[in-house]
Amino acid sequence: MIIQGRAVPIEGSDIDTDRMVPARFLKELTFERMGDYLFYDVRFEPNGEQKAHPLNHPQFQGASIMVVGANFGCGSSREHAAQAVKRAGFKAVVGISFSEIFSGNCQSIGVPVMTASPESLHAISRFIHDHPSASLVIDLQSMTLTYESGTTAISMPASRRDAFLSQSWDGLALLESNHAKTQALVDRLPYGPIQIRTTSS
Amino acid sequence: MSSGTLYDKVWEAHRVTTLPNGQDQLFVGLHLVHEVTSPQAFAALRELGKPVAYPQRTIATMDHIVPTASQSRPFPDPQAEAMAQALEKNTADFGIQFLNSPQSNQGIVHVVGPEMGLTQPGMTIACGDSHTSTHGALGALAFGIGSTEVHHVLQTQTLAANRLKVKRIVISGQLSRGVYPKDVILRIIQQLGVAAGLGYAYEYAGPVVEEMGIEGRLTLCNMSIEGGARIGYVNPDDVTLHYLKGRPFSPTGEAWDRAVLYWQAIRSDANATYDATVDVAGGEIEPMVTWGITPAQSVGVTQHLPLIAELPDTQQLVAKDAYGYMNFKEGSPILGTKIDVAFIGSCTNSRLSDLEIAASVLRHQRVHPSVRAMVVPGSHWVKAQAEAAGLHEVFLAAGAEWREPGCSMCLAMNPDRLVGNEVCASTSNRNFMGRQGSPTGRTLLMSPAMVAAAAITGRVVDCREYVS
Ligand code: SF4
Repeated sequence: MIIQGRAVPIEGSDIDTDRMVPARFLKELTFERMGDYLFYDVRFEPNGEQKAHPLNHPQFQGASIMVVGANFGCGSSREHAAQAVKRAGFKAVVGISFSEIFSGNCQSIGVPVMTASPESLHAISRFIHDHPSASLVIDLQSMTLTYESGTTAISMPASRRDAFLSQSWDGLALLESNHAKTQALVDRLPYGPIQIRTTSS
Repeated sequence: MSSGTLYDKVWEAHRVTTLPNGQDQLFVGLHLVHEVTSPQAFAALRELGKPVAYPQRTIATMDHIVPTASQSRPFPDPQAEAMAQALEKNTADFGIQFLNSPQSNQGIVHVVGPEMGLTQPGMTIACGDSHTSTHGALGALAFGIGSTEVHHVLQTQTLAANRLKVKRIVISGQLSRGVYPKDVILRIIQQLGVAAGLGYAYEYAGPVVEEMGIEGRLTLCNMSIEGGARIGYVNPDDVTLHYLKGRPFSPTGEAWDRAVLYWQAIRSDANATYDATVDVAGGEIEPMVTWGITPAQSVGVTQHLPLIAELPDTQQLVAKDAYGYMNFKEGSPILGTKIDVAFIGSCTNSRLSDLEIAASVLRHQRVHPSVRAMVVPGSHWVKAQAEAAGLHEVFLAAGAEWREPGCSMCLAMNPDRLVGNEVCASTSNRNFMGRQGSPTGRTLLMSPAMVAAAAITGRVVDCREYVS
């Protein structure tokens, strides 16, 4: 599986999902418009004027790979953040480290999230800064990221990589096919379903 | 790899199978649902024409969008009303219990679950909410999931999951007066950092945890996610059994006896192996206050804000962002920092014991005239118990608002929010940029005693001057 495209660097560590999609946009019942809200409050003034943010820079328009720092996507479990990344046109995210829930959310909607060493991430960020129109190539088979200045090793949990390589990242059908095993587990589980005993306080 | 821990045992008891890609298929014993992260999942079910596989293993409540001034319907905000109606329709159509009234104990999902005895040791608990880690206080494996996973759980009651490593955090010694579980978890996150928990479940242990009541353990486990750990838990003990006995959803009679055997069996073995162990000196912790935009950016109340140049390289950039956003000065004392709003509530600190502590500080005192103070119980039961004990009268007499239950000013999905660049002394769990509803609002996380003391003086003060 190859993902190729231009990239945008989002610098800084511990970028949380509240910053990625502010809570007020979570009042929508569907994910449809999440792409418009990505990083909203750090991209726009309250009056709608643009702030200086990489996603607003003309040279990064059309980028499809996001290059980020450490502990990206920390905080809230809101899938809205992963959905916003996908719906804003990103096909992959590469960073130093990711929150578990965010990377799981990305997997379940088909956006691979990969890590690389801090040194190589910094080098890639610098390169993109200097060459915003250059393409990066991510190869999940060889687990490498290639750009003009070199090739870097990237990694992701083997199970996640397998899921993408075999195009089975949407595991729902597989989970469902094991319903007999699930029922067998229910039958031996030491506790039952929810039952109401009393309702007084 | 860990072995013999509660995590290992409960995981194994819920492992349906190992999937071809190496992930485990994990059965979810209890699925909790709220209004914000579930409509997309129910919509997906509808689209596929599928039923909920085990409707009696899911239960819903409503917390994020509910107004706390009055909960009469329809809600003034049409988007909030639409979310409420969607959950009503979804739970009715799919046969799921919905705790949506004062009688059924509507409230913050992480307050309601434990307090009604829904949360029990040895369960796997999932919810479309990162603070699901809270429920680990009773010895459950409880973790947050996204909406697509909520859909998977509804349709199959299972998830594809990666096994975590287990880090044991041993909190030694004894807490000093005026130091609370909130201070302990803020100190742990400060010491280990916000990313130390990535890939780990945290097992909290040691004398401080053994001495702690369940409500304190809930506060501790609640903020595991702020330390990067998707799961935090405490092994069940006599304190746990005592807490669970007689709650509405707790087992009774013979079922109780059977349950206790299971709960005792899943405790981590004395010779269990962990992937890592960390020691935290409980006796050295003082009341904590955050000064920045991540929960690790905190100091003891008597300390000064750090100098950027003296921080490790990896923390300097975030510290710079934090100072820029908070408009605080490097090296200045945290004591005396002016506050505009005092918020006591959220799934971290809105339980009866939290309100008792806050009331003990506010009794016979007045909220400072420049401060807007708000006390928001975590559930209708907490509210009823607090009122039975007269706590609401203490708050009202002091000039604080006494509200209806909900997430309130923990996040910006209801009318309770900061204005402009107000500074809020808050008992909640996140001090992220814009978290409390104003894109320039500023949050200082602290314990209920510290927030109550700050409310009185209008500044950050040492709560130990106010607690006996
Ligand atoms: S109180 Fe805050 S952290 Fe807790 S569930 Fe509600 S919004 Fe989330």
